[in-house]
Amino acid sequence: MAMAQAGILLLIAVIAVLASAKAHDAQFAIHMGLIAAIAMGAAIWRLRTMNVSAKAAAAAPTGYMDGVVRYGTVATMFWGIAGFLVGVLIALQLAFPDLNVEPYFNFNRLRPLHTSAVIFAFGGNALLCTSFYVVQRTCGARLFGGGLAWFVFWGYQLFIVLAATGYLLGVTQSKEYAEPEWYIDLWLTIVWVAYLIVFLGTLVKRKEPHIYVANWFFLSFIVTVAMLHVVNNLAVPVSFLGAKSYPIFAGVQDALTQWWYGHNAVGFFLTAGFLGMMYYFVPKQVERPVYSYRLSVVHFWSLIFLYIWAGPHHLHYTALPDWAQTLGMVFSIMLWMPSWGGMINGLMTLSGAWDKLRTDPVIRMMVLAIAFYGMSTFEGPMMSIKAVNSLSHYTDWTIGHVHSGALGWVGMISFGAIYYLVPKLWERQRLYSLRLVNWHFWLATIGIVLYAASMWVSGIMQGLMWREYNAEGFLVYSFAESVAAMFPYYIIRALGGVLYLAGALIMAFNLYRTIRGDLRKEVPMGGVVQPAE
Amino acid sequence: MAESTPGAAGAQDERRIDETTGVETTGHVWDGIEELNKPLPRWWLWTFYATVIWSLGYVIAYPAWPLINTATEGVLGWNSRQAVADDLAAAEADRQTFIDQIRELPLEEIRADEALMQVAFRGGQSAFKVNCVQCHGSGAEGSVGYPNLNDDAWIWGGTLEDIHTTILHGIRHEPDPDTRLSDMLAFGRDEFLDAAQISDTTQYVLSLSGADHDAAAASAGEMIYVENCAACHAEDGSGTPELGAPALNDAVWLYGGSAEIIEAQIYEPRHGVMPGWTGRLDPVVIKQLALYVHALGGGQMTSDAETAN
Repeated sequence: MAMAQAGILLLIAVIAVLASAKAHDAQFAIHMGLIAAIAMGAAIWRLRTMNVSAKAAAAAPTGYMDGVVRYGTVATMFWGIAGFLVGVLIALQLAFPDLNVEPYFNFNRLRPLHTSAVIFAFGGNALLCTSFYVVQRTCGARLFGGGLAWFVFWGYQLFIVLAATGYLLGVTQSKEYAEPEWYIDLWLTIVWVAYLIVFLGTLVKRKEPHIYVANWFFLSFIVTVAMLHVVNNLAVPVSFLGAKSYPIFAGVQDALTQWWYGHNAVGFFLTAGFLGMMYYFVPKQVERPVYSYRLSVVHFWSLIFLYIWAGPHHLHYTALPDWAQTLGMVFSIMLWMPSWGGMINGLMTLSGAWDKLRTDPVIRMMVLAIAFYGMSTFEGPMMSIKAVNSLSHYTDWTIGHVHSGALGWVGMISFGAIYYLVPKLWERQRLYSLRLVNWHFWLATIGIVLYAASMWVSGIMQGLMWREYNAEGFLVYSFAESVAAMFPYYIIRALGGVLYLAGALIMAFNLYRTIRGDLRKEVPMGGVVQPAE
Repeated sequence: MAESTPGAAGAQDERRIDETTGVETTGHVWDGIEELNKPLPRWWLWTFYATVIWSLGYVIAYPAWPLINTATEGVLGWNSRQAVADDLAAAEADRQTFIDQIRELPLEEIRADEALMQVAFRGGQSAFKVNCVQCHGSGAEGSVGYPNLNDDAWIWGGTLEDIHTTILHGIRHEPDPDTRLSDMLAFGRDEFLDAAQISDTTQYVLSLSGADHDAAAASAGEMIYVENCAACHAEDGSGTPELGAPALNDAVWLYGGSAEIIEAQIYEPRHGVMPGWTGRLDPVVIKQLALYVHALGGGQMTSDAETAN
């Protein structure tokens, strides 16, 4: 088995070396060289660990497969900090353009690096490891497919590395959140199908009679992302030995496909996936039953049915036909309550346990996540209304909206889940320090507030400046004047990002000490009346 | 390690009453997680229905249902292309009287009419911010190689007509046969003057505006200046706007007023280019731009206008 795997890896390495030698462009050559080096390294590692891994597999035939979850939590933390750091950098680049370093570190290349790092590397790894953890616990079954889960994990990391290095080298197909070129897309497709097989296989062999709601959300996330990814990335490579490809759609059809993808990346990756996370970790952490089973059924089906149609609201007042714009808008409006169903179920699960907010900063984090989820899923439908959109579109209001969802909802629920997971996965009594979690909570919260508030103000200001007419009917401001007016808000936004990053660094330190097995002696949170230290 | 033992699933139906809420659970248990059998919150359900009903109304009123070759138009008959066209037409109609007057009347008459000038100024300001700020700066303050338009130094003349002509045809804008052309000789590169002569001339040019200079070199340069430069820049260095020869006797410099830069300019002059806007902007907009730039502070009066006033 190990010999065969090493053989396949060596074969891949040889093919990649040949492709690198024959490549039409430097970027493709570098990427193929990278693949060859990684495949070679993996083959050597496989041969050296042949006997060890055979023993390890034999040792735990009945237990849950948690190794891959442990790696996933570490990867989540690593990519999260990398992504937040690049975010702070590009926020500063907007305020101080001199920070652009041509050509590899200019805003154009770092911006997709930031978005992909936080959505796909941080968020993706968080979903990968929590879904693997949750599906095993709630099915009473070990992950299906043996080593396939490891292939999913490492294959996904390879996708991230190829995408990230590609951006810096200038490899992009210029589709937002789908920038990687055709060969990276093909690789992700393979990895994603393997993920689906692992997840579905585990569901199939479950020992529980019913499928828990978290798994419905995880499954809808995996299936829909597969469909979105494949359709939006349909493209014809210029050469099989070059990085460049052209999409098969053109003009407004390409734009609509892109935003059907883009909006559902928000809907199924950042909403459905993380709702799956919420449905497991919130009831576990607060030790209360889920508020309403019926609500979870109705809001699940209405959410996934309505979300898929909402994409055209990204193309209001464009060449997209009016009927499609209407479609995008009304489905977004109808999406409001289905989205809020998740918020109600999350928050109301705390019924009878609200006092734990005083003593458990992890719960505090989860509640804040749900609150931001509720806020941004109200703001989203509101911004999809054409009259509002005519003001908000193309302004920083959109950026603020995305970040209150991303930093508030996705980030905080992931942090909460990981704070729950790490002591369990490493069999520690508790986290190293709850007080540090509290520090993280406040730094992140203040950071989000600074970010979202500054972008609201600057976005609305931008929109108003662009449409300001004087009494004679002429535009008052030039575009450059609106850019100059943004400066103070760009600074506040960057400061918000720095605070959020600082919180994540504290978290990394706290997790590191927890994994080492350290326990900080500290006054318990809230419970004891004593002067704070 | 109970947590790591799959298969410890509970019994199939563990329905019980939750003590805190008094609500029955559904009886399913996953890894210790139960669910309450609460009904849907009424306000949630009714708000959901309300959004659905509103949406149904909206798709009847507005273009919505795709058909084979087209889509339903909606009972209101609204569509975005028509809405934009109507808005633009309405804005156009509002300004039509003024626009027609600006199109017909000579520049000086527009300038003299306060109400009309107000419109022309705003229109010119708006067009300036879109088309001109890239080179001349958002305050028309210019930068190295791009003239400041706020002062009263004009390379090609500062009357309304001069400015209008410059905007219409541009400077050294090759596609336009009427463009403004001037071509100072490359005195150094083409060996009309040697290095010492250029240096002396530079000192003389510095002396014209009263800048710090070497008096001996300047007096040596005076003769060279008179023979080679005065024809365009005038003996007193006041320049000749008709030829695009800038004044040298003021403190305003296009590329800079240091000895090095003046020497470089004499050796091999740089020649800036401005595009002509005929055909790219509406004639009314070009007139508005001329009136706006003229009104920035440095506009000069023609003798006719002075008489008229």
